[in-house]
Amino acid sequence: MAKLIAKPALETGMPFAAGDAQLSMPDLGCLTSIAPFDGALAAVAASLMAAHGLGFPEPSKMTVAENAQCIWWGRGQAMLVGPAVDDGLAKHAALTDQSDGWVAFLLDGAGSTEVLSRLTPIDMRLSVFPDGHTARTQLGHMMASITRTGAQQFRIMVFRSMVQTALHELQGAMKAVAAQS
Amino acid sequence: MRVAGKGRVNRHVTVPFTFDGKRYSAFEGDTLASALLANDVRLVGRSFKYHRPRGIFSAGSEEPNALVTIGHGADRTPNVRATMQEVYEGLSARSQNAWPSLRWDMLAVNDSFAPFLGAGFYYKTFMWPKAFWERVYEPVIRRAAGLGALSGQHDVGRYDKAFAHCDVLVIGGGPTGLMAALVAGRAGADVILADENSEFGGRLTGEVEEIDGQQGHAWADRVVAELAQMPNVRLMRRTTVTGSYDQGSFGALERVSLHHACPHPDAPLETFWRITAKRSILAAGALERPIAFPNNDRPGIMQAGAVRTYLNRWGVVPGRKVAVFTNNDSGHRTAQDLHDAGIEVTGIIDARTDVGSVVGVPTFNDGQVVATAGRRGVEQVTFTHSGGQKTIAADCLAVSGGWNPSVHLSCHMNARPQWREDIAAFVAADGAVPGMSIAGAAAGAFTTAACLSGGANTALGVLADLGFTKPEVAVPKAQDGTYDITPLWSVAGNGRAWLDFQNDVTVKDVSLAATENFASVEHMKRYTTQGMAPDQGKNSNIGALAVLADATGRTIPETGTTTYRPPYTPVSIAAMGAGARGKGFAPERFTTSHTASVQRGAPMIEAGLWYRPSYFPARGETTWQEACEREVRMVRNAVGICDVSTLGKIDLQGPDAGAFLDLVYTNTFSTLKPGRVRYGVMLREDGHVMDDGTAARLGPDHFVLTTTTAAAGQVMRHLEFVHQCIAPQMNLRLASVTEHWAQFAVAGPNAREVLNAVVDDPITEEEFPFMACGAVAISGVEGRLFRISFSGEHAYEVAVPARYGDGLFRMLLSVAEALGGGPYGMEALNVLRIEKGFLTHAELHGRTTAFDLGLGTMIAKKDCIGKAAARRPGLTGPEREQLVGLRAVKAGDEITAGAHLFREGAKPIRENGLGYVTSACYSPTMGNTLALGFLRNGRARHGKRVLMVDHLRQISTVCEVCDPVFFDPEGRRARG
Amino acid sequence: MRLNCPLCGERDRREFYYMGHADYLNRPSEGAAPDAWDAYLHLRDNPAGLTRDLWFHEMGCSAWLVVERNTVTHEILSTTLATDVKEAGE
Repeated sequence: MAKLIAKPALETGMPFAAGDAQLSMPDLGCLTSIAPFDGALAAVAASLMAAHGLGFPEPSKMTVAENAQCIWWGRGQAMLVGPAVDDGLAKHAALTDQSDGWVAFLLDGAGSTEVLSRLTPIDMRLSVFPDGHTARTQLGHMMASITRTGAQQFRIMVFRSMVQTALHELQGAMKAVAAQS
Repeated sequence: MRVAGKGRVNRHVTVPFTFDGKRYSAFEGDTLASALLANDVRLVGRSFKYHRPRGIFSAGSEEPNALVTIGHGADRTPNVRATMQEVYEGLSARSQNAWPSLRWDMLAVNDSFAPFLGAGFYYKTFMWPKAFWERVYEPVIRRAAGLGALSGQHDVGRYDKAFAHCDVLVIGGGPTGLMAALVAGRAGADVILADENSEFGGRLTGEVEEIDGQQGHAWADRVVAELAQMPNVRLMRRTTVTGSYDQGSFGALERVSLHHACPHPDAPLETFWRITAKRSILAAGALERPIAFPNNDRPGIMQAGAVRTYLNRWGVVPGRKVAVFTNNDSGHRTAQDLHDAGIEVTGIIDARTDVGSVVGVPTFNDGQVVATAGRRGVEQVTFTHSGGQKTIAADCLAVSGGWNPSVHLSCHMNARPQWREDIAAFVAADGAVPGMSIAGAAAGAFTTAACLSGGANTALGVLADLGFTKPEVAVPKAQDGTYDITPLWSVAGNGRAWLDFQNDVTVKDVSLAATENFASVEHMKRYTTQGMAPDQGKNSNIGALAVLADATGRTIPETGTTTYRPPYTPVSIAAMGAGARGKGFAPERFTTSHTASVQRGAPMIEAGLWYRPSYFPARGETTWQEACEREVRMVRNAVGICDVSTLGKIDLQGPDAGAFLDLVYTNTFSTLKPGRVRYGVMLREDGHVMDDGTAARLGPDHFVLTTTTAAAGQVMRHLEFVHQCIAPQMNLRLASVTEHWAQFAVAGPNAREVLNAVVDDPITEEEFPFMACGAVAISGVEGRLFRISFSGEHAYEVAVPARYGDGLFRMLLSVAEALGGGPYGMEALNVLRIEKGFLTHAELHGRTTAFDLGLGTMIAKKDCIGKAAARRPGLTGPEREQLVGLRAVKAGDEITAGAHLFREGAKPIRENGLGYVTSACYSPTMGNTLALGFLRNGRARHGKRVLMVDHLRQISTVCEVCDPVFFDPEGRRARG
Repeated sequence: MRLNCPLCGERDRREFYYMGHADYLNRPSEGAAPDAWDAYLHLRDNPAGLTRDLWFHEMGCSAWLVVERNTVTHEILSTTLATDVKEAGE
């Protein structure tokens, strides 16, 4: 029996740099959407802590453990990033594997906020969008999740099928900002 | 003429440019306008209607006359104001609206016909003979009309949009704005300071005056240097704030590369910003207004403030003998600056009584200019004064009728400005825009001292509002005084007095409007077109409404202003549409089989945002039909593989999942057993079909729904609406999983054989009957299998996580090809489903009901979305157009989607229409053209004939009406 | 225009989808008279003043929201999760 070969979402074009910004695609491991059922939030939070060492995040926040992160992903929803989700959570929450549904870019460097300002309508000033803050918003016309992972670093996640468009938009914005500095 | 020792252009760097094909030289720092004046070019354009010779009027963005075309080819840009275009090496500018040349313009004949071309003339002429309008008048007028021409080529320049957020947006970087930004910046607020000019300083860049003992422009430079060091301050030069909108939103246009000879290929030409500010300070200054007198539009007649700005900033004077006509001190200031620079001032004509004089310059009281002479440029000025009438030589006439505060942005949300009698001007009303404060000249404070303190105090107020601590502030010393003005709007005399230079509207036109009872200022505007040109009346609004007020016996405040609307100055459509052109318009979505499909030569077509293969051409095939028919036969006789990943897949979990589906689908799902799939129909609440699809029960509390590719987002939104807004008590969760799973249809008699060649544990008919679903493993990878069929054949859909999609597609193809099968595309997919009477959104187009589609029995007894409305009278019954199948009576005759259906022999007009065709194809399986469509009382007409008429393509075909399931009506093949 | 999503904070209105009046929250019960359905589907007040809309934060958190705003002044008075409005007994 032939082996089923896995392919990355993007095979060329990475990493990319222009001016004061660098773009790369980190491998985040497993992605699991966790949506606690009615009245089960406390049970989910407890299970998460026991199994993965972190809590269920508040809106616009993320929780962090040694090998895992849990990023708020929308109304009543969070994304567990890193490990395969513990089965024990299944009775308290709707779990869906999203490992191949989203791709992640890491935008780094002094120019990263300026680059994102070409693509994203939200307020990303450090005072309003600090380290660990996350938002569900748009990147260009695409649905996205944007998390600040450092003073000058953002993790940007978009649908896997849109990875080419996302790369194109990010590169264009990076080059445009570089050309104006 | 260039003046030695004046101005701040860099005389060490010469910049060559051309105007109307002739070469000229400028200095670094010149605008096209200052450079033309330096080269004594007075004639720069011809007016819109009468083609009168026109010259540069101002030094700013309100410039009405000097509109030129810059560049060549696809880069050509018309209607660029010469006052705003910075000169760069090789700049090529051409005048507009004159033929064959600016000097000798044939359409100047219009000026001779002026008596017939007054306001609203087109309402009174070009009416006879009636046929001539379309054939003669309109084409001729269209050719003659317009100002500037587009290149006709695609605009290939790059434009960006961008978003910015701040605590305080300071609009305008003159003394007021600089002071405000400094105060706010020192307090630590996030500040954006925007100015439309290439330099900050506002009027300080054109005046001779001191602030804190240094030249005003030098003070400005110092403040800018301090602001540039503050990380919380963003300085935006060449950025016009174009509009104010709700909740502190602003639009702003930044000219990024338009002043570069060779723009960086990656940089945009312009960036359109959307700025969100907690507070804003409008420090937009004021614009000098003219006075309307006979022939006041000759080249050389300019704003008094502009004349001294050209002298002080660029070291240029527009003439050698300058006269001044003024009703306030601005004219005197111009005379003083010129005189001090050694330029002859032939007279100050002051409308006021008892004015002081500039030493060495003849000054006349109670002065009014009644005539000027010089067609291609002013040469003489005739005026009345307290001592009689006089004519003086002047090749430049500097005019000041007073100052209009730039209130525009404060009025973009429908506020009206308020008249202040003491300064004879409109100012913004308090609270006109929530969060916006107005300071400086924009608020009617016309001295530099008042601007500086106004800017500082306003900023302090804003900072207190926002909770910032008051910073160190010292308001510098500057010029102060009183504003002494005697309003003068127009002077009567021999010859037309111009109000709107751009649309050629005169005092007489406005009076005529009043005579014809267009007394409302909004009516006068539209009737005369005053204020409707690119300058949006910046140079004529107040003058025109003063004339209207006088003509209708009202005061100026009673007459009022027209509505102010964004943008403040023109914005290129390319900038507003930045990021949305070509591929930028929407994201492109690619499936995991895209690369393999393209490698096999499949043309890719758009389905929503996705790309899907149309067909897979085999060697020797030359048309899509050949490939399509082969693929259809291949699926029916062997096996076919098709990527169906694009269909929406929605994961639904929770104890109330089944009950929820019972609510959103017409049929029942709570009774569906785990491991089974069911077809469902979803209605809108108004009783029409929204979508159809399948729901698979993977577990007691776990379903996966499919939706049509292009409707996935809409269905998800609907499901969230039903859950959150209609049935929030139901315990369930929804998640889109379209992206995570790559899914492939394996269809045909050999389908199971193909599957069993790839799955780890072979499947049997007993384990996996028609409409079963469950988990499978492929090479150890966990996947899902659904036995559903859109082709009518024995078929499955197999799903694996998307990283394995490409691998699985290639694996399936290799197995299928060994069995005489292969890939099939959208064309074949469509033929296969039409043969089976399966529906797509061609049939579910939003105006069809379950009854129309023959699915009325799928509406179960329980309540569901849309049930009540579906029962409305008129949505069921024999009058409805019902889904039918159609086949050509003469095999192979063309049937087209969109064609209409008529009784045979009836005239194919709208009144006789009985229905229409929604989907059509040639069916190799049935050896005939088939179609699906809707026909009045269609289900009762099986066996009858109808006439299909495609009026657009001129095709008529007699068709037989039949059941929409043409092939294998019992559905045996899918179940086999 | 900006809306203050209770979960995400202030956002540009382009992230949202506008459905219509908050009347859509009150679906007639099973068996309600045709008039009730007609009113629910088709009859709306058109005030110059306060109105309540349903908006969906489509490009954000996927919450349905009830927005109270003034059609004349454009002031936005409140933004509430639709589920909270339903819970409060609308």
